[in-house]
Amino acid sequence: MKKAVLVLAVLVLYALHQDFWFWRSARPLVFGFLPVGLFYHACYSVAAALLMYALVRCAWPRHPGAEVESSRRGGPPVDQPH
Amino acid sequence: MIPALIVFLYLAIVFYIGIFAFRHFADREQVEGYFLASRSLGTFVFLFSLFGTNMTAFAILGSSGHAFANGIVTYGLMPSAAGLVIPLTLFLIGTRLWALGKKYGFITPVQMFRDRWECGHIGTVIFAVQAAMLVPYIIIGVMGGGTTLQVISGGWVPYWLGGAVVALVVMGYVFFGGMRGTAWVNTFQTVLFLSFGVIAIIVIGVGMGGFRSTVESMLSNPALAPLLTRERISPLYFFSYTFIPLSAIAFPHICIFCLTARRMIQFRKTVVFYPLCIMLIWLPCVFLGVAANRATDIPEIQSKLEARRTLATQGAKLAVEQREELREKMRGDDVLLLLLKRHAPLWLAGILGAGIMAAVMASDSQILALSTMFTEDVFAYYGGKQRFGEAAQVHTGRLFVVLLTVGAYLVALEAPENIFELAIQYAFSGYAALSPLLVAALFWKKSTKWGALASTLWVAVSVAAVAVFQAVVPPAPPGQQTVVWELGGADVLARTPSGTAVFGFMPVVPMTLVSTLLMVVVSLATRKPNEATLSRYFH
Repeated sequence: MKKAVLVLAVLVLYALHQDFWFWRSARPLVFGFLPVGLFYHACYSVAAALLMYALVRCAWPRHPGAEVESSRRGGPPVDQPH
Repeated sequence: MIPALIVFLYLAIVFYIGIFAFRHFADREQVEGYFLASRSLGTFVFLFSLFGTNMTAFAILGSSGHAFANGIVTYGLMPSAAGLVIPLTLFLIGTRLWALGKKYGFITPVQMFRDRWECGHIGTVIFAVQAAMLVPYIIIGVMGGGTTLQVISGGWVPYWLGGAVVALVVMGYVFFGGMRGTAWVNTFQTVLFLSFGVIAIIVIGVGMGGFRSTVESMLSNPALAPLLTRERISPLYFFSYTFIPLSAIAFPHICIFCLTARRMIQFRKTVVFYPLCIMLIWLPCVFLGVAANRATDIPEIQSKLEARRTLATQGAKLAVEQREELREKMRGDDVLLLLLKRHAPLWLAGILGAGIMAAVMASDSQILALSTMFTEDVFAYYGGKQRFGEAAQVHTGRLFVVLLTVGAYLVALEAPENIFELAIQYAFSGYAALSPLLVAALFWKKSTKWGALASTLWVAVSVAAVAVFQAVVPPAPPGQQTVVWELGGADVLARTPSGTAVFGFMPVVPMTLVSTLLMVVVSLATRKPNEATLSRYFH
């Protein structure tokens, strides 16, 4: 369930990049000088950071080998032609 | 003169960092020590160095230049999409690469492909395509160094000398310091640029009489007001740009850099802070690039604006060569430097120039990556390491760094810059279209070496095809497009003023989708690797 919500959040944020609603307007000017389209995408960057925080907290990957710190286990010699 | 001296001081510091890294680590003659900093980078260096690696001359000077010509849409096109896609790919693909690299000792992505798909020479084909698309970056880095030093010094340092100095410094710290030296220099550079980006926007803002009045006067000018919206950009073109950041994880220097973290948790802060770092650097660059349109008291900017006006009003009547000449004149890659020169005090312009130089010198990682790939994927793979030993491999890597940098410098002296800028434009799309290889290798059991070969060949052919198409069909006049192939009322292939459109999308979209399709279809039709191999990648 948690995974599905996070996947959905990623898809929604990806879709929100296409902000057609501010396409043709510069106003309102946020802080008196920042066109709203630019401000929206600055906020989008902050939202991306928050989403990444949620992913790190709730869905940190468990890859095979991630627990290995310094010693290597088996596997083929990687610098020999097969 | 003073700004140039400050930049030289900065170059001396980064050179010293490389030497320091060389002197203080005993692993400098070992392969993993030189090429991967012994997989030992901590959180801070990993984040800032990875970020600095992505911030090339193209990103910094190109972003303000693009914003100068196209307006605020630049932020939505590039950093905004990259702020989501790059951390996401680091989170999903980078961490897995790191884990496998640590477990099986991989140093390059091609080593992993060879092992994962049980292939040899197909890996060499992937190496060749990756290397061919990486070389233009190195050349453009040297060119950027020469141009930046020339502008900052007011012509006191000629282009050839500026390029030579930058090439020597980069070569020096990569040669001596390897990955550790490069990572430390990148960290230093990123901190510098993050700190002084904020100062730059304040100083230039005050110098221009405040941004509020600048923006209001742009809004009241019908020729400039569209730069504060996205009305001149099609939604399909805008959407296409979300595919471009897929290239980041497929770049060999980023893949290789993912292997340098000490532990996997080093990725955590990196993926969270990456979008914020992008915003801190790009937002000022884009905004200043747009605001430069009101800096008409700077003669160079005034002449760019006049060239743009001429192209817009008379472009359709002009010959292709005349249009090209005007496009060249209106290029805005130096507007940030011009604003600094006009509004910042000399000493501050020098420090800020050093910050820009930091971004220009991001080609260090690419030089090191190419050297790593050559020594691991070619020299070691075809028996060099076995015959001559590990120390010889590191020496070969260092020799390769020297030859590559000298070669890039010589080419940068003679060749026109726009050729390589175009090559970079294609290379972004090419690397984005190579990203399905990584996804398939790491997450899809049924992927095969033949699927990988089909995707790689498709990328090579499609990048070359777009390049030839744009060389043969001249750019369309501003605001128009030349339709070359129409089918059932739909514009299949068209030449736009600045590139190519396929069904209205940028080429990166069909390139990536077809690459994915080829990987799937060809893999399903061919035999997958044996179970013993698969069991090492999938539980």
